[in-house]
Amino acid sequence: MLPKQLLSGDEAIALAAFHAGVMLGTGYPGTPSTEILEEFARLGGRAQWSPNEKVALEVALGAAFGGARALTTMKHVGLNVAADPLFTAAYTGVGGGLVIVSADDPGMASSQNEQDNRRYAVAAGVPMLEPSDSQEAYDFVFAAFELSERWRIPVLLRVTTRVCHSYTLVGPRLNDSAWHPGRFERDISGRVMIPANARPAHRRLRRKLAEMQEWNETCWLNTELGGSSELGIVTSGISFMHAREAAPEARILKLGFTHPLPLKRIAQFVRSVKRCVVVEEGDPYLVEALRAAGLNVEGKAEMYRFGELNVPRVRRILDGDTSPEPPAPAGKPPQLCDACPYRIVFKALRQRDCIVAGDIGCYTLGALPPFEAMDSCVCMGASLGVGLGLRHVLPTEEARRVVSVIGDSTFIHSGISGLVEMVYNPPEDGHVVIVLDNLTTAMTGHQEHPATGRALDHGPAHRIVIEDVVRALGVPSVHVVEPRAGSDQFERVLDQCLASRQLCVIIARRPCVLIVKRFRDQERRDCEQEAHAR
Amino acid sequence: MRAEVTNIIVAGLGGQGVLTASDILAKALARAGYDVKKSEIKGMSQRGGSVTSDVRFGRQVFSPMVPAGEADYLLVLDAAQVEVHRHMVRSGGVVIAPDAVDAGRLSSRKELNVALLGVLSVHLPVGEGDWLAVLRERFGPESFEANRAAFLHGRACDAPAHTSG
Ligand SMILES: Cc1ncc(C[n+]2csc(CCOP(=O)(O)OP(=O)(O)O)c2C)c(N)n1
Repeated sequence: MLPKQLLSGDEAIALAAFHAGVMLGTGYPGTPSTEILEEFARLGGRAQWSPNEKVALEVALGAAFGGARALTTMKHVGLNVAADPLFTAAYTGVGGGLVIVSADDPGMASSQNEQDNRRYAVAAGVPMLEPSDSQEAYDFVFAAFELSERWRIPVLLRVTTRVCHSYTLVGPRLNDSAWHPGRFERDISGRVMIPANARPAHRRLRRKLAEMQEWNETCWLNTELGGSSELGIVTSGISFMHAREAAPEARILKLGFTHPLPLKRIAQFVRSVKRCVVVEEGDPYLVEALRAAGLNVEGKAEMYRFGELNVPRVRRILDGDTSPEPPAPAGKPPQLCDACPYRIVFKALRQRDCIVAGDIGCYTLGALPPFEAMDSCVCMGASLGVGLGLRHVLPTEEARRVVSVIGDSTFIHSGISGLVEMVYNPPEDGHVVIVLDNLTTAMTGHQEHPATGRALDHGPAHRIVIEDVVRALGVPSVHVVEPRAGSDQFERVLDQCLASRQLCVIIARRPCVLIVKRFRDQERRDCEQEAHAR
Repeated sequence: MRAEVTNIIVAGLGGQGVLTASDILAKALARAGYDVKKSEIKGMSQRGGSVTSDVRFGRQVFSPMVPAGEADYLLVLDAAQVEVHRHMVRSGGVVIAPDAVDAGRLSSRKELNVALLGVLSVHLPVGEGDWLAVLRERFGPESFEANRAAFLHGRACDAPAHTSG
């Protein structure tokens, strides 16, 4: 055994992926998943950012068809984007192992919703593992690959913010993975999902799930901690840690392999205790499944569905306490940086009383005072479609004040299809789109993307030029401006576009103030390397 | 070795080095042989919002989060954040605020986090050698000396800390 290291859950997943011989890691940034691929690359693994999660999963699936072990990472809402390939990949199955990390964010430390992706495992019919600390995150990656290869099926590794961003001690295995990549094997009827092939594939999937469920009944990923028969707790993930601390005397069944559930083992446990409470964060996923199986278990009151659990909340759940919880004093909310170029844009939009269909990124802070210059933020890319819908139905005078605002990384992620919609179904009075191009994915910690011209490790890559893409789609009015204090160029272009009744795209380009230094260092390094090569 | 779990919260604003401080703290405790867990909420920390990090240690730690009202130590890098976090501290718990050290003795504002760790270090069962080893590992040759000096300055300031009533 190697010495123990203090690792975050994300780092532990990366280290395990590296030790397990993962040949390709793909993903799109998103808190709390982002650090997995960054750490995997730092360790020497091959990792790349895709333009969005759908593409990331497809690339990883292709690698797994090719016999490699592949990992793909995303935040919970990313799996919505990747849901299309997910559901059918469950039918096609895989060659080499494929592990999909879904990093959920109960409590929304940094997300637009707190959806519970355990529901995806059920809906798509894929096995799911849920680690509760970094050691398990490390161990469960190996287990996930073994499961994936044994049943030839993608595996969902579902983690949450407190697992991803907590540091706990990890004893890694020796780095001697016995695993070797397979090769591509043609399997037309197994992987070409025309109806004639998909019908038997669906039956095959259900058979695999039944087999896995049977195997799960005695699986080491689920553990029981002795305790009094007065109180039993069924739990999984981080909730286990809170429950163990809140009720040290209780008997606990801790589930690590949470879909398909080992219902016989759970039933045995439930029968062994006088009172059995299910302690889970988020949706009542476990409790509903156990009740549907006819088990007599208590769940939590609806008020605990919202936000994260913690030790005091678990104590309250066990006590059946539904009295109002003391509100936590508010911390200081984040703000756009003092020198952020977006400030100029939002000030101008506010002054013109624009109706702003917004999007997700640092710039969503434009919705807060002093700007309050954003009227909607739904999901990545929605600014285009929502803005167009508003333009289509509002009275002319209002419609002409509608603007869509989107960041550069978000534009690449899912803005381009919205632009296709705009040129194909143009509103009568045109539309104005502002791409806030700060040359990075700032919100999630400054990752690269295809329009920065740099790869995940910040080395050079092909650069997609946003204005070229916009022009190629046929947008008639395209402007690149630099929003700067002391210059009214942005405002002049904005007024001109708002008055024009044309389809207009304004690219407001100026580097994020937090990475200007990194740009300079990187450029110097590139020059040195070039000089060295010559 | 302390069997009971000890709870520490480090709090401040984005950019002040909260996470660096809790990282050093957790590593020093691990080096001293304790089970340690550290948890953090760092949402959009780069934009000046609140950042907090929980560190818990003992023989065996379960939840990575310090329960409200159970923190033994609160270390705060921004004076205005003391009140925001006071409800987390147990009665008799120790609050270490920026005025626990003489900022004029630091070579820059950047070392405040490490200086306050120095103040905290007096209360913790970790030897000076372990602390310095972790600082050396963390900072590398350029800034190790300044941080070592800041840490030792904090360690010598034994006017800590208001206890919480
Ligand atoms: C489907 C999905 N994937 C990932 C995220 C996480 N996320 C939120 S905004 C964002 C990108 C922000 O980058 P950009 O558009 O360039 O704006 P900036 O933060 O740089 O202003 C990401 C990755 C998300 N909310 N939804």
